[in-house]
Amino acid sequence: MHAINYEAPKTLKDAIALLAQHGEKARPLCGGTDLIIQLRAGVRRPDHVVDVKKIPELREISFDLQKGLRLGAAVPAIEVYESADVRRYFPGLQEAAHLIGSNQIQSRASVGGNLCNGSPAADTTPALIALGAKCRVAGPKGERMVAVEDFCTAPGRTVLQAGEILVEFQIPVPARHSSDAYLRFIPRNEMDIAVVGVGTSVTLDLDDDRFVDARIALGAVGPTPIYAAKASEALKGKKIDSATIERAAKLAVEQSSPIDDMRGTAEFRRHLVGVLTRRTIGIAIERARLAERR
Amino acid sequence: MAAGTTEGSRFRVIGTRPVRHDGVEKVTGAARYGADYAFPGMLYGRVLRSPHAHAIIKSINVEKARKLEGVRAVVTSADLPELPDRIEQGGELPINLHHLSCNILARGKVLYDGHAVAAVAATSPHIAEEALRLIEVDYEVLPPAMTVEDAMAPNAPILLPSLRNKEDGPDKQTNVAAHVQFKRGDIKDGFSKADYVIERTFKTAMVHQGYIEPHNAVGIYNADGHATIYCSTQGSFVVRSLSAAVLGIPEGKLRVVPAEIGGGFGGKTTIYLEPLSVLLSQKTGHPVKLTMNRAEVLRATGPTSGGTIRCKMGATKDGKLVAAEVWMAYEAGGFPGSPVPMGAMCIIAPYDIPNMVIDAYDVVVNRPKTAAYRAPGATNAAFASETIIDELAEKCGIDPCDFRIKNGAHEGTPQTAGPPYKRIGMIETVEAIKNSPHYKSKLTGKNRGRGVATGFWFNIGFQSSAMVNIHNDGTASVVTGSVDIGGSRASMAIITAEVLGLDVKDVRPLIADTDAIGYTDVTGGSRTTVATGLAVYEAAQDAVRQLKERAAKLWEKKPEEVEFNNGMLSAKANGVKPMSIKDIVPRLGRTGGPITGRATVNARAVGPAFATTCVDVEVDPDTGKVSILRATVAQDAGKAVHPSYVEGQMQGGTVQGLGWALNEEYFYDSKGVLRNTGLLDYRMPTCLDLPMIETVIVEVPAPGHPIGSRGVGEVSIVPPPAAVANAIARAVGVRMTELPMSPGRVVKAILSKDGAAVASAAAD
Amino acid sequence: MHKTAIETTINGERVEFLCEPRQSMLEVLRDVLGLTGSKEGCLTGDCGACTILVDGRATCSCLMLGVEAAGHKLETVEGLAQGANLHPLQQQFLENASLQCGICTPGFLMSAKALLERNPHPSEAEIRYALAGNLCRCTGYDKIVRAVLEASKATTSKAA
Repeated sequence: MHAINYEAPKTLKDAIALLAQHGEKARPLCGGTDLIIQLRAGVRRPDHVVDVKKIPELREISFDLQKGLRLGAAVPAIEVYESADVRRYFPGLQEAAHLIGSNQIQSRASVGGNLCNGSPAADTTPALIALGAKCRVAGPKGERMVAVEDFCTAPGRTVLQAGEILVEFQIPVPARHSSDAYLRFIPRNEMDIAVVGVGTSVTLDLDDDRFVDARIALGAVGPTPIYAAKASEALKGKKIDSATIERAAKLAVEQSSPIDDMRGTAEFRRHLVGVLTRRTIGIAIERARLAERR
Repeated sequence: MAAGTTEGSRFRVIGTRPVRHDGVEKVTGAARYGADYAFPGMLYGRVLRSPHAHAIIKSINVEKARKLEGVRAVVTSADLPELPDRIEQGGELPINLHHLSCNILARGKVLYDGHAVAAVAATSPHIAEEALRLIEVDYEVLPPAMTVEDAMAPNAPILLPSLRNKEDGPDKQTNVAAHVQFKRGDIKDGFSKADYVIERTFKTAMVHQGYIEPHNAVGIYNADGHATIYCSTQGSFVVRSLSAAVLGIPEGKLRVVPAEIGGGFGGKTTIYLEPLSVLLSQKTGHPVKLTMNRAEVLRATGPTSGGTIRCKMGATKDGKLVAAEVWMAYEAGGFPGSPVPMGAMCIIAPYDIPNMVIDAYDVVVNRPKTAAYRAPGATNAAFASETIIDELAEKCGIDPCDFRIKNGAHEGTPQTAGPPYKRIGMIETVEAIKNSPHYKSKLTGKNRGRGVATGFWFNIGFQSSAMVNIHNDGTASVVTGSVDIGGSRASMAIITAEVLGLDVKDVRPLIADTDAIGYTDVTGGSRTTVATGLAVYEAAQDAVRQLKERAAKLWEKKPEEVEFNNGMLSAKANGVKPMSIKDIVPRLGRTGGPITGRATVNARAVGPAFATTCVDVEVDPDTGKVSILRATVAQDAGKAVHPSYVEGQMQGGTVQGLGWALNEEYFYDSKGVLRNTGLLDYRMPTCLDLPMIETVIVEVPAPGHPIGSRGVGEVSIVPPPAAVANAIARAVGVRMTELPMSPGRVVKAILSKDGAAVASAAAD
Repeated sequence: MHKTAIETTINGERVEFLCEPRQSMLEVLRDVLGLTGSKEGCLTGDCGACTILVDGRATCSCLMLGVEAAGHKLETVEGLAQGANLHPLQQQFLENASLQCGICTPGFLMSAKALLERNPHPSEAEIRYALAGNLCRCTGYDKIVRAVLEASKATTSKAA
């Protein structure tokens, strides 16, 4: 590895100052499970590594029935899936956090790092998009909110400007009779990167047996994680039946634009988008029917 | 848990399960593996590797790298002697020294992505890595030949301009390094008798041994011209002879100290870093440690061949195999030497088939030079033949176990190469599966299937040395040159304890370096317990003979009058009080000095191994993902010396075979660059992918071996890919003919069968 | 290259060391502190051979910088036995013949320790899940999983 400087600011202000000062030559370090590999491989060669794990705002996780979930960007996956609130209100996000790497990786890898790494295959990103999560970004010019689906711009690239830092995710309180699910397909049962990942949330009108709202998000089938708008819209107001679900799955397949690589062919990936979209909608419906909230 | 498989056995210690003698060091972190060695003033080495699959090296400029602060030496192939085309016996496979040297540092040409080009020694590994970025190599990139089909095509890019084969003659450049053929009977006549004939073409992927410990070596060059290498290897003597040849120094000036080894499976029977560590030490005057990272291991070390196999077999209605015709071509990698001759001799070895023709081709391709991998060549071969056997059994309406028993090779059946088998346990392993709780259980549920397959492996014997020392307190040590890769120290101690009548805890097993023990071949080819075990057995007998002589001297008897039983020396005469080894030890000094038993062997008569495996799978028809529900392996061990470690070999080999079956493969892009250079995308099974692996140890003693042991290290890898394919066929009705049977391939086969386009959504 | 002084706790003892920021915790353990029980298998967090515990959580020491250790509690395989008394996991690995080459063993022991401390009586499925980040190429995992099951029984009477 090339020589680096390491700094671990304790406040958001100091972190922003450092990142702004070094610009392109600095890179934030969170769990390090992507960055350290990239440094070793020479894929990224920043002079300064800024450890953001000691900034209190980035380590907080809180939930209340008015504000919803606030999830610090540096909270490691293990704390996300062990959170009783996440388990109760956002089972799809819990699944995604639980699927990231091994226990060893989950001790370090954070949801914020998963997003900032900019991989289209990040497991937690489709789950967050499905939940309508927003990113709170702080920088030298102040703060701004960015929808998770707008955060990644290309493989390895995000909307973050020099000096900006992802502080936390804000996820709204789930509506009555709603729930979410995340599934990914991998060849083994652990340790692989998603060949395809699909996150889905649904809100149901149980009296009328209809979808009130839905959000479907796709991972690993395009240059960035994708919010499948047409597929999501296709469920809204429609009867909960297999024809509706099938139509949404088909639209999700249409919106995916996968490539051939060592993890799967484009053809196989499109097929899987259909399979996983159907399956996540099914699971989310089951959960929403059982959900008795607020 | 000293569970007794010894009931009714003629052995007292053999067949028990003591805790291994090197166990505590290995569970406390104290055991020293190659990369754990450190010496004062030690430098760190790194290797620059080709980013191209096939290219001419026009020039290498190392000046900038040399000038980086902390860099002490940079070497290229210009620093090594150019070696002649000479074949030496390597670990398990023969090695051409010229090719070996060119593989260690490329000379004029690079032949695969990852081919070593230069090496650096520096004061820290980070500086060495940074120095690699400063070495300027000017390449003229050539088109690569990545598959046997590419390389055998009429206008294929030629890898080695001087390569010739007998059939094409001295004038024709070629990528076909060798063609071997085996024939028996009359193939036409054979097929004319068949009621059912099945022919299919199979493809298998290049796969890696996947040992968890990357290659490493510490070289220390002395000013007097002597050098020492500390490294993790399966064969310290092979490292010595091959490294000395590559360095151009006399073998006697090189000492190799084998460290603990973190897995090998055949891949550590050759050399990569070892001579470079000495060369860099010679240049710098410091000890130099070289280690590979995982990407280097995958790009540049020992995979085993993928390739193509066309297999045609015929059977009569009543289930008798009558003919087999095989065409097979294996990827050798950048230099000749795939295990295709072995594959050819294994492919129908479990069966008695009167008529056969097998043609096998060794083909160079722009991939890393292949090395031995657990039953080299046999697993690919069995994937083809055992699938066809399964289909023929199905056609004949015969249970797959019964079909194998009916056609199984036995004592007297001619082997593929001609000579008849001695006593073997092929049929016994199939019977063991047939009678297993697993096979007798009913498999229920949708998309589930059960498959069976049988595998064969020769096992090798070769040379070993052993010493048994009797200590002052009546305990003993046993010293061999066989590296312990999976518990063999315990086996050596068990055999010594058996012969000397000692408690196994009172025998300390040791592994000596190349100057401290006689020549010993690699820990590989399933030979250690059989051949080194034989040397240990004879060395212990030698110690017993000496003990008898000493007792005879004390008792004033002839040595023949002294008996040795269960550790007690006795004589029939009156007034002679039996003595234990402990009793006689204080008297050794005045009867002729300490006792060391010695033996060296070249074990020739080794018993071949067979394994039969049964696998239950469940296939997700929407995604093509195959889950292993249950697996049982029955294997002929001849006589299990330490049953726990025999089971361990059976389980480990089975799981490697399952990985080969389902997910493992080298994935090259169109330019011949390896894309999956890490363990994230080179997908070996995790424990979450597997059930417990049930084992049945079959014991058909190997003729001519005093204990009856057969090698157990390899054959269990052979059946699983075919067993899984056969299980998938029964689960979802598709015959998979390409490895790995990854989800994408399986779902494509299912959907094509159903007449649906893969991309279409509705599959449920 | 300048080095930083780091104060941390390893296996219950306060430790001070000097390292460059680019050195991983694994490199510090092995090359600076001489604790070579943690092994390097991949340097990408895929094999688990370098697993240590950081504040009780299993972590790949190859994916942690040495400078990040400041103020944390680290445990390595060298600290598993109490003097001459092996940890129940170590004892069960020996009795169940759970290692062949042994290179993955330290990592498995540390992952298993982290598991048993959170869940003293795991099921086979829970064990397989918890150990999925540790690759073993020799054993097929059977005897490793059995050893952890046995160790969980052995620790019934006392806190793990």
